[in-house]
Amino acid sequence: MQRSFFAKNPSVLVFLALLAIFTLVVTVLSEGFGMGFISTSFIKTLGKTLCLCLIAVAMDLIWGFTGILSLGHFAFFGLGGYMIGMWLMYERTRLIVVESLSQAEIPPTSAEVVDAIGNQIFGVVGSSEFPLVWAFADSLFLQLALVVLVPGILALVFGWLAFRSRVTGVYLSILTQAMTLALALYLFQNDSGLRGNNGLSGLQNLPGVTASQDQVSLWFLWASAFALGVGYMIAAWVVSGKFGSVIRGIRDNEARVRFLGYSVETYKLAVFTLTACLAAIAGALYYPQAGIINPAEIAPIASIYLAVWVAIGGRGRLYGAVIGAAFVSLLSTWFTGGQAPDISLGFYTIKWVDWWLVLLGLSFVLVTLFAPKGMGGLVDLWTDRRVPNRHGADLGPDDGALREKEASE
Amino acid sequence: MSNLLEVSGVSVTFDGFRAINNLSFQIGSAELRAIIGPNGAGKTTFMDIVTGKTKPDEGRVLWGEKSVSLLKMNEAKIAQAGVGRKFQKPTVFEDQSVQENLLMALKKPRGWLAVLGYRANSEDLDKVAQLADEIGLKDALSRKSGELSHGQKQWLEIGMLLAQEPQLLLVDEPAAGMTLAEREHTTDILVEAAKTRAVVVVEHDMEFVRRLNCKVTVLHEGSVLAEGSLDHVTSNQDVIDVYLGR
Repeated sequence: MQRSFFAKNPSVLVFLALLAIFTLVVTVLSEGFGMGFISTSFIKTLGKTLCLCLIAVAMDLIWGFTGILSLGHFAFFGLGGYMIGMWLMYERTRLIVVESLSQAEIPPTSAEVVDAIGNQIFGVVGSSEFPLVWAFADSLFLQLALVVLVPGILALVFGWLAFRSRVTGVYLSILTQAMTLALALYLFQNDSGLRGNNGLSGLQNLPGVTASQDQVSLWFLWASAFALGVGYMIAAWVVSGKFGSVIRGIRDNEARVRFLGYSVETYKLAVFTLTACLAAIAGALYYPQAGIINPAEIAPIASIYLAVWVAIGGRGRLYGAVIGAAFVSLLSTWFTGGQAPDISLGFYTIKWVDWWLVLLGLSFVLVTLFAPKGMGGLVDLWTDRRVPNRHGADLGPDDGALREKEASE
Repeated sequence: MSNLLEVSGVSVTFDGFRAINNLSFQIGSAELRAIIGPNGAGKTTFMDIVTGKTKPDEGRVLWGEKSVSLLKMNEAKIAQAGVGRKFQKPTVFEDQSVQENLLMALKKPRGWLAVLGYRANSEDLDKVAQLADEIGLKDALSRKSGELSHGQKQWLEIGMLLAQEPQLLLVDEPAAGMTLAEREHTTDILVEAAKTRAVVVVEHDMEFVRRLNCKVTVLHEGSVLAEGSLDHVTSNQDVIDVYLGR
């Protein structure tokens, strides 16, 4: 019985192998490597997609396994992006400022340098002072720590308040959505200290790195693939043991778990915070590839998309979430990027840029109705996983004495 | 013999309806007790109060040798203190195997960090196998519990309860939906369990109660109507009027 983690979870090994092969093939075909079959912008798209897969894994953990439909995980994703973005922007501006001030006859004092950086960064919102939240922006190490700490603490406080009051189901979903909306609205303000609706930009340029974007995009692809691999393993490990049993129990019957002696609120809080940290790491890798982050990224619609990906991919199985996120977001890029050919009906031309959302919404409804296991369910056809055929009839204690056939007569 | 559980003067009102009215109840540390009563007598509410699901408006619920109050504890804490509960409708985790269900119930640290690092050792698996044998599910260990028949689910839930090793077992209609042979087996399990711990059985079925052969408490409109042996309470005129006479 003492088999290794991988022996018990062969799907993890398969997933990691596929991820490694994917990364290798893409690397070889990239412009940065010299083959040039895949453009640098598409490498970035693929790298970003891997980050979206990571947050989808987090979403699956919280929704598919624990049964909490959080519609706010993109808030954590965005916060992670902001945290790393602050350092990227500060450091890059500092290098430019130091470079330009070095032409002056008198060497600048450090206060002058900081003032000049502040002017550069906050000029667009009519300010030059560094707000308090930028206190650690000059330290890569501290900002990297904040990538996990800020969303983690937000999730901890929010989750503690929400779970302790036993808010569940759709009410919790609304609450998480309110949280992300409130955060987005706050960040939209110029005096929130994160440049309002301008957001942080120029994040694709790594300070002090002279390599071309062809190279940098590959680095981020690798980092994203690595993060996804590690995140996937953590998630698989968490759900494989008794902890997984307990959280699936919470999903299926919260009260029963409580009467077994497990503190349901603590478990929910642990999963909520862990997934928030995973989402934040995904965000911190995503936005340097996107190059820009602004509060619109945190808007509730993003988190709803996340739920749609996971639902289409298949809840309650980690690879389902990855498949859903990769498939839908790449398809979305294809349709909204104007690459999909228009369909002429004679009297009306279907432009996919306009109609893609309708198509997505329709497929979401269809998947929910007819294939609740999502695209991941297709894997079952392969592995022939048997599902208990319960005929859908829940025979209560009274009818239970009868067989289903008798009961229905 | 000191009392394991002592409920005294407890009352609960739901929207003006007095579900439990000045109820008092004691049980010793190794005792089997049946609670009977018509629908709405407050049997389930009584269990809700003991397990912490419902907070009473007044009264005391004292537990164990140290007489700690259960009213200040939440459901999980009460369960950890040693109160196990079986619901009327079998509630097992249908998506998970019989083994997973039993492992989850097994008496082990319940903190999230301890559970996260927990991996089943052979000792625990042996214990689970032994329990499964006791409840007649030895061959079904790796089956999903959703596949089990109704009676088997009832047993699995009893097995989970035993795995918790509680000092007090609250069992709500354990024999509902069971065949005669299954009922007899259930009786045996409960009588055996009551040798080392307190067991409270709520049941409608008089035949089943007779087979348990234990002290009976009759509830009516939220308070105790009669208490004693089954023959004693069934000859009580009040009991005949409110319950048996109908």
